[in-house]
Amino acid sequence: MPTVLERLNHALHHALETDPRVHLLGEDILDPYGGAFKVTRGLSTDFPDRVHTTPISEAAIVGVANGMALRGLRPVAEIMFGDFVTLAADQLVNHAAKFRWMYNDNVRVPLVVRTPMGGRRGYGPTHSQSLEKFFLGVPGLKVVAPNTLGDPADLLAAAIAADDPVLFIEHKLLYTRPLLEAGVGDLRDMQIETAGGPYPAHLLRFTPHSHLTIATYGYNFELARQAALDLLYEHEIFAEIVLFSQLSPFNIDPLLESVQRTGRLLTVDEGTLSLGWGAEVISRIVERSNDLSRYYVSRVAALDLPIANSKALEDEILPSQEKITEAAIELYHEEGASHQSSR
Amino acid sequence: MLDNQSLYKTMLRIRRFEERALAEFSTGKLFGTTHAYIGQEADAAGIFAAADPGDVVFSNHRCHGHFIAYGGDPYRLAAELMGKATGLVGGRGGSQHIQWRNFYSNGIQGGIVPVAAGMALAEKVQNTGKVALVFTGDGTLGEGVFYESLNIASLWKLPVVFVVENNRYAQTTPVELALSGSICGRFAAFDIPAWERDTTDVLEVRAAAAEAVGYARAQTGPVGLILRTYRFAAHSKGDDVRAPSEIAAFKDKDPLTVHAPRLGDDERARIEAEVAAEIEEAFTRAASDPFPMMKDEK
Ligand SMILES: Cc1ncc(C[n+]2csc(CCOP(=O)(O)OP(=O)(O)O)c2C)c(N)n1
Ligand SMILES: [Mg+2]
Repeated sequence: MPTVLERLNHALHHALETDPRVHLLGEDILDPYGGAFKVTRGLSTDFPDRVHTTPISEAAIVGVANGMALRGLRPVAEIMFGDFVTLAADQLVNHAAKFRWMYNDNVRVPLVVRTPMGGRRGYGPTHSQSLEKFFLGVPGLKVVAPNTLGDPADLLAAAIAADDPVLFIEHKLLYTRPLLEAGVGDLRDMQIETAGGPYPAHLLRFTPHSHLTIATYGYNFELARQAALDLLYEHEIFAEIVLFSQLSPFNIDPLLESVQRTGRLLTVDEGTLSLGWGAEVISRIVERSNDLSRYYVSRVAALDLPIANSKALEDEILPSQEKITEAAIELYHEEGASHQSSR
Repeated sequence: MLDNQSLYKTMLRIRRFEERALAEFSTGKLFGTTHAYIGQEADAAGIFAAADPGDVVFSNHRCHGHFIAYGGDPYRLAAELMGKATGLVGGRGGSQHIQWRNFYSNGIQGGIVPVAAGMALAEKVQNTGKVALVFTGDGTLGEGVFYESLNIASLWKLPVVFVVENNRYAQTTPVELALSGSICGRFAAFDIPAWERDTTDVLEVRAAAAEAVGYARAQTGPVGLILRTYRFAAHSKGDDVRAPSEIAAFKDKDPLTVHAPRLGDDERARIEAEVAAEIEEAFTRAASDPFPMMKDEK
């Protein structure tokens, strides 16, 4: 199976080939280097007029892309590391996300900002974060994260074709991962249901009678999937996974349906725990539930600390398969009044 | 090319619009805040007399004068200020956030500058022959993204006109406390030709703008247009800390006063009456318009 990186590269190539309005902008994206993570490799060779290498100017990269989008082009901007998206926050929040609604639907902003997030490559505190939480819940801005289950090329193609801005979060560790194949390998014993629009949510389960639900997205699905296999084969606990592709705004229904069956929800993401993605997901479940005593919830996320450079520390700070397994076992044994624990 | 009467009328239309808008706060028809263009009318009138009607404009918080000189309808703007459904953007944007044809504005200092550069890029690759004009003030030169944009616009030869209206203040902060070096030098550092004028004479502004805009269009590249001016009204509403004597000393530079002698008394009286009626009509009509209702959002 192709890797996530190959699929993203393919989607960009295809978009450039089929739509003359598509332009790419970013730092160091020209060949032979082809971008810090090589997602744009080969593109400047094939489309030299529409692949623009930029100065180190994240605010202007997204700002220029905004202007291009307002005036009939379909720019795809790359922010070299997701950590640097803070420099473009004003462009995303106060410009791109606002224009359409603020101008009473007079305009469209078909902008994609792609950026790699996430740790475990030993890059330390400023090159390892998952900062998407700061951009969730911004009206007018979609946040999408690919994974190894759906085809990342489809997600990126949909984002480029969309008329509204999309922040596209690519976890660094996904790039070299091959796409999964239904009925093969890890998925051998899992049934998969996919629901909802261009950025779907996937439900993966071994049985209709799962003991608990794990909600996750992006790379952390890799960890959650390993944990689910481990829970089944080592602990006889059936965990089903709801894997989101669209983080914001998002539809809770696929997850709600699952949690209504299992009664237990574990959220897994790599942003810092406090006020993070899991908190909103759990709130939505709770809001939609009339019998709170039926639900047990827990979160696995990054510790509320910068991400250390040393692997020994980084491993402690970020989610891992072991932490997910442990949290799931605890959640499985939870009884009595509903409460929330976290690790 | 616009004649003296038209230029005068544009400036007067802006002046009377802004005076009326400020007055409507005490009647309760306007709410929130607004940034009046009073004193700077020659900039907008001169620039839009030199630009093409199809050119793309990104304006800032002080956008009413730009919008009116661009050819915008004072009634639609008045309705927007009053938060009416008939406003330029249905009451969603208000004073600082308007959009009409190729005119856009936003209330964030600096952020609009790269957006305008991107618009210029889009016009360039689509071969429309349009230039993008972006309006900033002296205070906005403190924003880093301004320089990121100059750099990219120069590197990529983007047809963008960076207008800096230097009215000597950013809110309450005099330019001496906020700006080191020279404004011209900023453009020079990026190899961007710049026209700088210390004038409130609309004809001089128009001449400089014609050269600058013409150069940007002909060369498909960026230019600076730096206009030294003065605002007579407060920054927004009640936030003026300048000495009245200082403001008074600029009164003979009032762009209307400077341009008036080029018209006959009768012409001026006629224009004055026409504009008064137009502004009255704009605000009265807007006042009786309905307020917007929330639309179903998905
Ligand atoms: C990013 C940002 N910072 C601060 C403000 C608040 N603010 C609005 S206008 C203004 C002064 C701008 O001065 P200048 O650029 O000289 O324009 P002028 O008001 O004189 O036309 C300030 C500080 C803002 N709107 N945006
Ligand atoms: Mg100023």
